[in-house]
Amino acid sequence: MFYGSDLQNRLMLGTAQYPSPQVLREAIAASGAEVITVSLRREGTGGDAFRDILKESGCRILPNTAGCHSVQEAVTTAQMARELFGTSWIKLEVIGHADTLQPDPFALVEAARILAAEGFDVFPYTTDDLIVGEKLIEAGCRVLMPWGAPIGSGQGLRNKEALKTMRAHFPDIPLVVDAGIGAPSQAMEAMEMGFDAVLLNTAVAKALDPVGMSRAFGQAVSAGRAAHDAGIMPRRDMAVASTPIFGMAELA
Amino acid sequence: MRIELNGTAVETAAATLAALIEEQGYEAASVATALNGQFVPLAARDTATLHDGAKVEALSPMQGG
Repeated sequence: MFYGSDLQNRLMLGTAQYPSPQVLREAIAASGAEVITVSLRREGTGGDAFRDILKESGCRILPNTAGCHSVQEAVTTAQMARELFGTSWIKLEVIGHADTLQPDPFALVEAARILAAEGFDVFPYTTDDLIVGEKLIEAGCRVLMPWGAPIGSGQGLRNKEALKTMRAHFPDIPLVVDAGIGAPSQAMEAMEMGFDAVLLNTAVAKALDPVGMSRAFGQAVSAGRAAHDAGIMPRRDMAVASTPIFGMAELA
Repeated sequence: MRIELNGTAVETAAATLAALIEEQGYEAASVATALNGQFVPLAARDTATLHDGAKVEALSPMQGG
């Protein structure tokens, strides 16, 4: 499914911005997430403690190239991450604009091509643009991660129709809504639309109670997926009585 | 020789990247390294020679989204 790995739990959780390492540990456990995202930075304090949390979590690690603005930076970061985390998975971010954190699709495709050729399993953070998606697949990506809204904005699925079109356009490619999710209902909606997973961080880390919120997101993602699999009824313009008329008493 | 390690100027006697990592007290396997923007795998640090003004990055796992 995701480069040969099937995941029971379809919430992918970021590990940044939690109030404490302990809250992070509990939030990962409460969400049920099987994949967590991490990054690479210059050694600061608490590095060892973080490594322990990663190990204890038992989760698959998805390192990112967050903050990279060029192909060169992203490729080097991915190579460093592969060695450090011992995984060929990489969440490829090549940011085009510092304010919007919108991906630079041209650099993204170029970096994806280089990394796929080097044997990476690339999870590209992209937009809902279909042609960019096609180019990424052509470059070797087997997963696409369109944004719901700008990173950290909590706006949810800003362009639902485009996301639906994308889902229909790439029926066989795992699609993950990455970024912009603020509330569990939004994550659930993405899953109901047939997306394969949801990746989020700020919505949990910045909640009043991150552990409670991560549990809520875990449940929402799971419910949304179950709903999609069960087949949601088509929308109707008119009312249709659900209780049968046959056998009704004459009381008037 | 004066090099730049993680953005800070450092005076070092190390001739190679491997020697620098040891000199600076990093655990070799707990950091990933780059020299002048290019990834240098653990096994290649021994042969990666430093020069005056070299830019070295030694990165660790960190929280990320």
